[in-house]
Amino acid sequence: MAAGFSSPTAKLLGIAPIPNFLDKRLIFVTGKGGVGKTTVAVAMGLRAAAAGKRTIVCEVAAQENASRIFDHTQVGFHEVEMEENLWAISIDPDESMREYVLLQLKVRAMRDLLFRSRIFNYLAAATPGLKELVTIGKIWELAQLDRKVKSGRKYDLVIVDAPATGHGIGFLQTPRTFAAIARVGPIHSQAQQLDRLITDHEHTGAAIVSLPEEMPVNESAALEHDLRSEIGVAVDRVYMNGLYPERFSAEEAERLAGLATGEDGATRAAARAALSEHGRARSQRAQLARLRRRVETPVKALPFLFEPDLGVEAARQLAKRLH
Amino acid sequence: MPAVDEILTGKRICICAGSGGVGKTTTSAAIAMGMAARGLKVCVLTIDPAKRLADSLGLKQLGNEAKQVGPELFERHGIEMEGELWAMMLDAKATFDELVARQAPDEESRDRVLGNRIYQQISNALAGSQEYMAMEKLFELHTEGRFDLLVLDTPPTRNALDFLDAPKRLTQFIEGRSLGVFMKPTGLAARVAGRGASVALSVMKRIVGFDLLADLAEFFNAFSGMVDGFQERAKRVNKLLGDPSTSFLVVCGPQGEPIDEAVYFHRKLVEAKLPFGGVIVNKVHYPAERLRGDGADLPAALAERLGDEELAQRVAENFADYQALAERDVRNIDRLAAELRTKGVIRVPYLDEDVHDLAGLGEINRYLFASSAEREAIAAGRA
Repeated sequence: MAAGFSSPTAKLLGIAPIPNFLDKRLIFVTGKGGVGKTTVAVAMGLRAAAAGKRTIVCEVAAQENASRIFDHTQVGFHEVEMEENLWAISIDPDESMREYVLLQLKVRAMRDLLFRSRIFNYLAAATPGLKELVTIGKIWELAQLDRKVKSGRKYDLVIVDAPATGHGIGFLQTPRTFAAIARVGPIHSQAQQLDRLITDHEHTGAAIVSLPEEMPVNESAALEHDLRSEIGVAVDRVYMNGLYPERFSAEEAERLAGLATGEDGATRAAARAALSEHGRARSQRAQLARLRRRVETPVKALPFLFEPDLGVEAARQLAKRLH
Repeated sequence: MPAVDEILTGKRICICAGSGGVGKTTTSAAIAMGMAARGLKVCVLTIDPAKRLADSLGLKQLGNEAKQVGPELFERHGIEMEGELWAMMLDAKATFDELVARQAPDEESRDRVLGNRIYQQISNALAGSQEYMAMEKLFELHTEGRFDLLVLDTPPTRNALDFLDAPKRLTQFIEGRSLGVFMKPTGLAARVAGRGASVALSVMKRIVGFDLLADLAEFFNAFSGMVDGFQERAKRVNKLLGDPSTSFLVVCGPQGEPIDEAVYFHRKLVEAKLPFGGVIVNKVHYPAERLRGDGADLPAALAERLGDEELAQRVAENFADYQALAERDVRNIDRLAAELRTKGVIRVPYLDEDVHDLAGLGEINRYLFASSAEREAIAAGRA
């Protein structure tokens, strides 16, 4: 049973073919803060689920943005079914650490000893990067066809709503950092395994979400470069989110200009809104062209949604337009 | 809600906080410029300004040192500048290195830390060090006392708490020297640590590996000579954050999620007894003049003026979409004001042009530094 809301996912079927990058097994969705990563990640999840793929959307910080979109259904550190074929999980680093230890140590007495140990708790909290490492470890576990967790479900696709740009790079770099630091031993080989998963171009990819403004475009270009050359992850898509429709031509804008300086309240306000929209749509097109010039990845545009709140309906609309 | 200059009267530090993508960098730069224009010597510490913003400030090679923005630039843009505007871009790695160099008791311990592989990794790559270093640089500049006002554009942390916790976490992380004691449980240390610790350690060796534990111990050990210095410093940073001469401005956007985060952040500030100054909402869609009478008349009225029914229809639809966004913004801002128990918030409208130059900052300052009455008048004029 779907825990979130019931809805005819089938409605999504029969529209444009599913983008082929959704055939991968693991996709990281990243970008500058506030560009709509969560909405896009959920939209990708809805699209894949509608195509019959068993999909899970992972939220990696404690904020639970994804569950917010899913009608405030409480998503914690467990896999919650949102609708047919679609699950969500919020990956808490402390819980991931616990689960990791449980999987490593089969003897209960040893586990209890460790969890009670002051030095273990201290190290778990203070070691830089450990939270990121165990979070990626949990993502790896979710992406396994042979799940380590008892009675774990098998997923076709794992979508990660990854941290924003600055932290995103550090986040994806963590396994390599640990592999380098540890040199030998279990952490070394496990970290290497995680790094191999991230850089596996056949099964893993990344999507960058951007906005048609100066800063997000600059940052997306830099992010693409870092993801490709520093992390070595395959970047499959750049989504230009929030693109205004081009409602008025330049000639129409000229005709409206007269009305915008007129006196009547409603018609003047409407003309001004039209001119405003025209100006923004135009500068956004210039930013879209800039982004296309600056990145190697195919750039796909997603429309601005005139919706008061970007909930699941917004994600559903975007899902139809993903390409 | 008073204007920004009233909020910041007599303040030495202004911290702009909020989630990513709400225009914090631009707002910080605008506030710094506005306060400098009013006669203060101001420095804005920013994390990652858009290149064009840095260019427009004439600060192409913005680095870990404060640089003054050329006064002639303001003149060229017709901006009256009575004070000085300085800016610097935070370089977390360089700041960390400087901090270590300053805190190290001698050259040998300094080199041991700077040369440690774990240190090199965390100061370069791993998430989290930016927060520590933003606080550190702020403290350093404050102590030097070269500026009347420091404006900090906080790092785009996912979780606002990360930022507030930074000094505490720095101390905690430095305290890892205890690991070194546990790694070599001999003599007094062994008696203090006891048998429990050494068993736990052997379990840890099994799942983590001896090498990594040894490296960690070495890493924490290398810092051991600096623990007291760091702790003292973190304490003073915390004190500075809570000082009445510091003011936190919460920056957000008008959508539901940024508003929720602003409410949450405000609550955390109050809980931590940190001085909240005010809240700034960026990119607000102002409600245009209300439709008179029946809104359905608008397409007809437009068609009459334009002589084009199809165009009139599109203009009316577009207007309805904008009005819906404006109404959402009003609802969200009302909710924000109620939650924060404040009469008003400082609103900056969604400007038609993306802001990335001095003229744009000047435009924003018309709102940030306007009295309530002026702001309403401007809003009405725009509508």
